[in-house]
Order: sequence, then C-alpha cells, then structure tokens
Amino acid sequence: MMREKLVNLFLFLLLPVTALAAFALDEPFIITLATKAAILALAGVGLNIALGLGGLVSFGHAAFFGIGGYAMGILAAHAQSYTPIMESPFLIEGTKSMPVIWLVAIVVSGLAALLIGALSLRTSGVYFIMVTLAFGQMLFYFSISWPAYGGEDGLSIYVRNGFPGLNTLDPLTFFAIAFAVLALVLLFAGRLARAPFGLALSAARQNAERVEAVGLAPFRLRLVAFVISGAVTGLAGALFADLNRFVSPTMFSWQTSGEIMIFVILGGVGRLFGPVAGAALFILLEHVLGGLSEFWHIYLGLLLLLVVLFARGGMIGLIAGREVAHD
Amino acid sequence: MTEVLLDVRNLHKSFGALKATDDVSITLRPGEIHALIGPNGAGKSTLIKQIAGGLRSDSGSVHFAGQDVTPLSTVQRARAGLGRTFQISSLAMEYTVLQNAVLGALGQSGRVMRFFAPVMRQQKLREEAMRALELVGLADHAAKRTADLSHGQRRQLEVAVALTLRPKVFLMDEPMAGLGASGSKEMTGFLDGLRREAPILLVEHDMDAVFALADRISVLVYGQIIASGTAAEIKADPQVRVAYLGEEDAA
Amino acid sequence: MSLILLIEQVLNGVQSGVMLFLMAAGLTLIFGVMGLINLAHGSLYMVGAFAAAAVAAATGSFLLALVAALAAAALAGCLIEMTVIRRLYDRDHLDQVLATFALILIFSEGTRFLFGSFPLFLDIPSALAGPVTLPGGIQYPLYRLVIIGVGLVIAAGLFLLIARTRIGIQIRAGEADREMIAALGVDIAKLYTLIFALGAALAGLAGALVGAIQSVQVGMGEPVLILAFVVIVIGGIGSIKGALIGALLVGLTDTLGSVLLPLFFANFMEASAATSVGSSLASMSIYILMAGVLLFKPTGLFGEA
Repeated sequence: MMREKLVNLFLFLLLPVTALAAFALDEPFIITLATKAAILALAGVGLNIALGLGGLVSFGHAAFFGIGGYAMGILAAHAQSYTPIMESPFLIEGTKSMPVIWLVAIVVSGLAALLIGALSLRTSGVYFIMVTLAFGQMLFYFSISWPAYGGEDGLSIYVRNGFPGLNTLDPLTFFAIAFAVLALVLLFAGRLARAPFGLALSAARQNAERVEAVGLAPFRLRLVAFVISGAVTGLAGALFADLNRFVSPTMFSWQTSGEIMIFVILGGVGRLFGPVAGAALFILLEHVLGGLSEFWHIYLGLLLLLVVLFARGGMIGLIAGREVAHD
Repeated sequence: MTEVLLDVRNLHKSFGALKATDDVSITLRPGEIHALIGPNGAGKSTLIKQIAGGLRSDSGSVHFAGQDVTPLSTVQRARAGLGRTFQISSLAMEYTVLQNAVLGALGQSGRVMRFFAPVMRQQKLREEAMRALELVGLADHAAKRTADLSHGQRRQLEVAVALTLRPKVFLMDEPMAGLGASGSKEMTGFLDGLRREAPILLVEHDMDAVFALADRISVLVYGQIIASGTAAEIKADPQVRVAYLGEEDAA
Repeated sequence: MSLILLIEQVLNGVQSGVMLFLMAAGLTLIFGVMGLINLAHGSLYMVGAFAAAAVAAATGSFLLALVAALAAAALAGCLIEMTVIRRLYDRDHLDQVLATFALILIFSEGTRFLFGSFPLFLDIPSALAGPVTLPGGIQYPLYRLVIIGVGLVIAAGLFLLIARTRIGIQIRAGEADREMIAALGVDIAKLYTLIFALGAALAGLAGALVGAIQSVQVGMGEPVLILAFVVIVIGGIGSIKGALIGALLVGLTDTLGSVLLPLFFANFMEASAATSVGSSLASMSIYILMAGVLLFKPTGLFGEA
C-alpha cells in the first residue's frame, strides 16, 4: 500500500517536473511532449473507469476521443470563420473559449456514450468488444464522408483556443492547463472508485450475480460508468485537438482506440495512476524508439505482448506489487 | 391466521417435453424453517431460479409478504426482501470480508449512485455490515481478503451478506455444501437461531441438518412435490422412501 | 435507376458479402470452439494478399498465387497459434484482445518493413478479366462472378465439414462443451491448431481474391475484420449459417445503401447535398443495421439466446 502511494506520487510529479525542467533548459518541444502525455493519460483515465473499474472491454473509446476533438474543431472553426453553426431556430455561434468547448465536449461525448452504451451493454463478453469497436468505426467512416468539416483531410484551427486570463500560446501555460485538468480528473476518479458507486461497479465486474442478489442492477451501474468514462475521454479529445490545432478522422480510428487501451494496460489496468505511467512510457517509446527506427511499432507490439503474457499488472503492478484490498 | 411470508403458487415450467416444475406450491411462515429435499435432477435449481428471479415460469405466481413478485427481476426481488445464498459461494473475491458485507448493506440502503464520499467510512453501512459479520462469527476476519477465506468461512460470509439485506425471507441453497462435520454442526446451530430474523426456505441434501432444523419438509421428485409435512411424517411416507431408497422395502 | 444497374449492385453486394463470409466464418469458428477473440485475423487476410501478390509477380500465375496465399496464411496462422494464441485460451477477453492487437502491430509493421509502404498490385488473370453477359443482357465482370462462386462453394464445403465429418463433430462438440471433449480423449491442441489454421487459410484466400480488385497494402485487413465482427454480431457467434446470412446482409446493405441512399435523398434535396447526406448515411448503414439487431436479439439472429 505504501509502495503504491510512493509510485503514485512519483507519477504525479513526473510530468510537471519534466515540463519545468524543459522550461529551464529552454526545450519547448519537451514541454509539448509532456503536455501530450498528460492529455493521453487523461484519455486513459477515462477508459480506465469503464475498463479497470467496470470491467467493460470497450475497444471503441476513440469514438468519444474523436467526438471531443470534433466538438473543439467545429466550435473553433465557426469562430475563426465568423460564421454561426446554426441560425434558426436558435442562433448558435462558434467559440474559441476552452471552458465552453470543454463543456460541450463533455456533454456531447457523454450523450454519445449514453446511446452507444445503452445499445452495447445489452451484450456482454466478446459481443460487447466487437460492438464497441464497430461503433467507433461507424463514426470514423462518418467523419470521412461528411464533407463540411474537412472529411479525410481534417480540420485545422489556426490559433490555439483561449482560456480567460491565461496566455494559452505559451507551451508551459498550456501544459499547466492540461495537467490541472488531469489532476482534477484523477482526484475525481480516485474518489469515484472509493465511493458507493465504485464499490458496486467493481463488485459487478467481479461477480454480477452477487450484485443482483443484493438488489443492485449491474446494467445501470455499467451504463453510468460508461457515460462518465466517455465524457472524460471526450474532454481529452478536445484538449488533444487543441494541442495539435488539428482534428481529423484518425481520432476516431481503431488504432486510436487500441492506443488508448495500450496506455491503460502498460501502466496497469484498474490502477488509478496506470494511464499516467502508460502514457508517459508510450510517449517515451514513440520519441526514443521512433527516432531510432520507423518501424518502432513492432517493438511496441512485442512489449505489449510481453506485458499481457507475463506482466499482467503493468508497470505499476511490477513495482508496487499486487493491489491490496483497501478500505 | 399467521401471515405467509413466502407464497409460491402452482408453478409450472417445461423445457420442451421435459416438465422441470410441475404444479409446485410452497409456503413459508414467520419463524419457520421449511426444508426442500429431493434426489438429484428433481428440479431444485430450476425451482430456486423461479423463486429468486432468474427464470420466468410458464404459469403460477410467487409472493413475498403479500406482494406479487412474479413479474419482478432478480434485482427487484432482492429489493423486495429476498435474501439468497448460493450453492457455490458467489462473492466478490477481490474484496475483504467487510467490503462484501458493506456491499450488501449498500444494496439494502439503495443509495448506490453516490460518487464522492468514501463508502467504507460510512458509519451506518459499517455498523450494519459488522452486525451481520458478528452474527455469523466472522467479525475478527473483517479485513481478510475473501479469496483467502476457507470454504466454510465463505459460506458464513454468504449468510452474512444475506443478513445485511434485512430480508423478509431467506432462500438458502445447500448452505452445508462442502462443510465438514464440525462446520455443519456450527452452521446448523447458526441457522436455528437465524429463523428468528426471517423464515428460511432451506434447500439441502444433508439429512441430519434437515431433520434437526426443519419445521416442515417438502420432497421434490421429477418436478413435483410428492410429500409435505413434519420430519416424522416424511420419514414415514412410503412414496418418499421409494423415491430415495428405490424399490427396497426399508421397513 | 435502371434495373440493370440495380442488379449489378446486388451482385456486387453478394460478392462483397461472400468475401466477408470467408473472414467471418473463420472468426466465428475460432470463437465458437476455442472461446478466443482474434483481432489478428485481419493480418492473416493481409498475409494472404501479400503472398499472392508476391508470387504472382514472380511467376505470373494467378493459380500459384492463390495456393501461396492459402499456404502462407495457414502457415502464419499455425505459427502464431503455437507461439502466442495457445497461451490465451484460458485468459480473459481483455488479454486476448490486447495480445492479438499486439500481433496486428507486429504483422503490419513487419509487412511494411519487408514490402514498403506503397501498395502492391495483383492483377486479375487475363482468362477471367472480361465481362460476361448474363440473362437479360447485363454485363458483369467474370472475375467477380467467379469470386461469388468460390465463396458459395466454400460455404457449402464448410457446412458439409461441420455436419458430416469427424472433425465437424469435434467442432460442434467443442462449441458445446470444451472440457468434455478433452476428457473424451480428443487431442485438443491439434484440433485447435487445425481450426485456427483453417480460419487463417480462409482469411488469406479472401485477401488474395479481393486483392486483385482492390489494392494490396498494409492495413487492408483491419477494416474487413471489423466488418466481419459486425457480421458475427448480426449472425450470432459460433453459427456458420449466421455468418453467411449476416455477411450477405452486410454486403448488400453496404453496396445498395451507398447507391440508393443518395438517389433517395435527391428526391427532395439538391444534387450535391443529396450525395453528401446520402453517402454519409450509407457509411453508417451497416452499423445502424447492427444496432437494430442488438435491440431485438442481442445474441444475434442465430446465436444462442
């Protein structure tokens, strides 16, 4: 228990320390990498709520990542071209304000998760995996064929969106914003796991029959978890699109769904800070190995295979040992 | 007229040509232990599922304390007051003993959609859980991981979780299963006291326990109740002897 | 829209459905008997296509290319079954998904390493290249008709295999109760490897056949894999019949949807808007079909309830 707390502390400090060090050494690119890690970790934290806590193997979380990204893209695109999104019956204009964009991203991806979850959770096991994968793919093809927002080529946002009172163009400031969001969500996710909802959800993962026998409905628990999970991953998507000032159908792809899963697994499924470890490791590999070989995905695949076959608890599992049942 | 807390009326269930449940009626009165016995393949599991909620009957009805629960799901019947234990212990294995008991208390309270306050620190739930654990004798093991418990302790935990539901009726599926001689004796003594909390429909194979505990015994053979009465009546019933002992005359 | 065009599109839908069936049949068998979800199936499809393209380029023979596709895919299947897949049978679905996803990464990048990022070309053999005149005066590519024929023959073969042969009995028994057939003395390890290799060969064949009409490139297998998943969700796990009907449904919905929906919307929208709305909806039509099945039969049309 103590070990895991130390590991968590280390992981919590890892990114800000890296960013500050990079700032001191005047390496803005490293700050951007740390920001990317924080945002991808956020996507993973979202997935972990459904996957680690709820036991729902969703291989379509890119659906929500993409929705968040396009929420940002659509709102910002209309703002930068000074054309409203809709004129009648309501006037809806675009915006480049991050808080508003985040709110929209959370709400829309949450709603999408409600729809997709309500359908997908009627199935279980392998069916569920296939269905979530399919819905992600559906949005991928839709975003390619819908011409208004760039289709296959994607959508560029020329200037980073704004946050009241802050200069978001400065890399360190934007890192701070992304990290603050990550920290808040980690706090929320941690509390969620220990709350009545978390106890019941995790119990449903271990033994759904037992949960029914005490008068709680696993379907409802899982649906709520799926919605929260989708909303968080959607928020990450909006931030990711903002980081790159670009959104494209790739954010909806099955590869993206797979990558988000990789962050969670490499760090340790169900561990609160697992996605932070996993995302950081992934960025490190992408940068270091990717620099050495353009075929670095082979090594990523081998690493993933080794972790799945032999190191089930991920990195945190290796270092901090088996999870202790905690009060 | 003592109220009937569990009223199973004329249940029928067929699977194709096989009549798994053939016009079964059972009642359970307050303070009573009603045992359901029968040879393997008699249809006990099918019947249990129809009472607990996992299987829809072809006809007939089930009532808890006057409420018709026939259209209700397993979850809803648990909320309506059914405390069930499983033949094969069905617990959250990663959790501690206390966490499993708190889960039961949480289910009973119904306030599960809470996302912020730590559940294990909630006074009421802890107290409820500890009360149940004390009653079954597991209070000292509250912090132990369920996966590390012995078989007998898991059976005890099953009962504890059912207790936290403050049920109107207990449905117990072979609570003695896998317990050795001393474990069975303890469980028998425990169930004897448990009847005061709520009456028990006890499905069991262990005849010593059944004859020691049961106020009434019903015998299920090929989906039908062939006899129902006190222990003495059942022991003397010729049809029961044929069903259990074959054609030998065990006079 | 003319009847001729409609019939052509129906045939196209059947053709794509029949190829999807080859993928879905292997997947559903592997899941039904071994309880394993295999994301690497798309990679086996790709391996078949690349083997065919390479051999066709080297020898000029399409027939040899097909044989190569079958062999290469089956071999690749055996290899991964013996090294990775057999460690996964007892694991939970998450582990299976992740491990087979890892295999996709390794296969894709490995192929890119060997063959480069540009697509390879596999030509339709000249003997099959031209159109054929069908009753009613419809001109339809001979090659596509051959594909439909091959697919249906294989479907019939699979039905016979499962219904009439010893292996088929073992497959059906395995689907019903895995532990039991092991206890009865069936060599499980060999049976599983065989089934996996069979599924792989089917995927490789599909890859080669389709590779001649579309291009042969890294990543070609995964979109087909996901469509095959949709087929299985619609048809039901473990059911070959479900796989065939589901595949035909999906193939037809996809093809006819992309043609008919824009036309439908052109009735009350101007042309360019109709095309974009129509084709966007068409891209989602298969998934809407899947969602419909989920609403009424979550275990698929022919799956166990």
